[in-house]
Amino acid sequence: MQPLEHIDDVAEPAAVKLGRAIVVTSGKGGVGKTTTTANLGTALAQRGARVAVIDADVGLRNLDIVMGLESRVRHHVLDVLEEKVSLDEALVPDKNSATLFLLAAAQEREKDDVDTEKMRALVARLREQFDYVLIDSPAGIERGFQNAVVGAQEAIVVCTPEVSAVRDVDRVVGLLGNQFHPQLIINRLRPQLVRKGKMLSVEDVNAILRLPLLGVIADEPEIVVTTNRGTPLALDGTNKTGAAYQAIAARIAGEDVPAPTVEIRESFADRLSAFFGGRRS
Amino acid sequence: MIDFVKRLFGQSGSSATAKERLRLVLLSDHLSLAPELIDQMKHDLVEVISRYVQVDKSKIEVGVERQDASVALMANIPIVSVHRPSGGTPTDTASPPIASPPAPSTASASVAAAPNVSSPGLDRAAGTQAQRRKRRRKGAAPGAPAPAVTPAHAT
Repeated sequence: MQPLEHIDDVAEPAAVKLGRAIVVTSGKGGVGKTTTTANLGTALAQRGARVAVIDADVGLRNLDIVMGLESRVRHHVLDVLEEKVSLDEALVPDKNSATLFLLAAAQEREKDDVDTEKMRALVARLREQFDYVLIDSPAGIERGFQNAVVGAQEAIVVCTPEVSAVRDVDRVVGLLGNQFHPQLIINRLRPQLVRKGKMLSVEDVNAILRLPLLGVIADEPEIVVTTNRGTPLALDGTNKTGAAYQAIAARIAGEDVPAPTVEIRESFADRLSAFFGGRRS
Repeated sequence: MIDFVKRLFGQSGSSATAKERLRLVLLSDHLSLAPELIDQMKHDLVEVISRYVQVDKSKIEVGVERQDASVALMANIPIVSVHRPSGGTPTDTASPPIASPPAPSTASASVAAAPNVSSPGLDRAAGTQAQRRKRRRKGAAPGAPAPAVTPAHAT
């Protein structure tokens, strides 16, 4: 497969300040793309930016339920592409952030129903209205992925510290080529396993992928709880993981804050108890 | 005692295995995704080997093989004849050169996968240990001339 095409911004009028379209992708499914998109969209909007999040996973709509907006969705992205409704009619306002809007995926349609060129044009239109357009890519590298990527200028790749996820991210980054400046979020890191040598560390993963690190998100129960409720954890800056999402958003916005990371050092007491517990690798 | 120290100060567990497996699989992934690189190497290999022996260019096979602990470049280069020694052309003096063997013999060489091939999409691959081996393909005619390439062993 050839590296994906990239559109340049040269033809656009200088007067219009266009937003940034960022695709959130991973290759492998189940690594947390949708949760990441919902939380970063929320964190960016909480900073006052105008944000649109698009669910590009046509046929398997999920971003709406993760954001707690499932009951508000009336129209979806294909309705807009096929000009059944206007873009404004299809954009669902978020319940927590006034500047955040969702464009839901069509549940009863297929990925092949999406016209790639129309998708590119839709993202271009959204960039005129919003500071950020986050596109939640489906798993895989086929048509759905291509349609998610087509209008983006940047990419965030989500990777868990697992061999399968790392291999898939490597493949996706190869497909994206150099144009999308992919940046890495390592998701679901379990510090206890890392320090026991039972899980790939951030350094292990990035020794292989060698991407700019946007941040690390630990595998915390709060993520599950807030996803159950449909209120993204990024709203809560007092929570460590919520704060990590906010720090990632600040980095996306260009602020010079350190990439959120996860404490993996263990105390001497931990070592002693582990020693007397007789752990094994 | 060593066990005691290991347990107290932490040790590498299955994550080390994961790292090594990933390194190898990505190496072969990258190579198999860069067919033009293989073609270029094939071209260059033929150029070098042709200085010593005449090879059958139509039957050359070059590919990447995954083994247990390494990734190897496998090259099958059928030899048609060995050049006669003339004007400083290096030949294998140990075995007398044969001008035209009845059937083409085959030298099959496995060379180390390049650790730092500078090619887009490849440069992210970590290096593999240098390893050079050489073998005669099974079923090669007995008494076929020794291939003119000198085997170099692992460094």
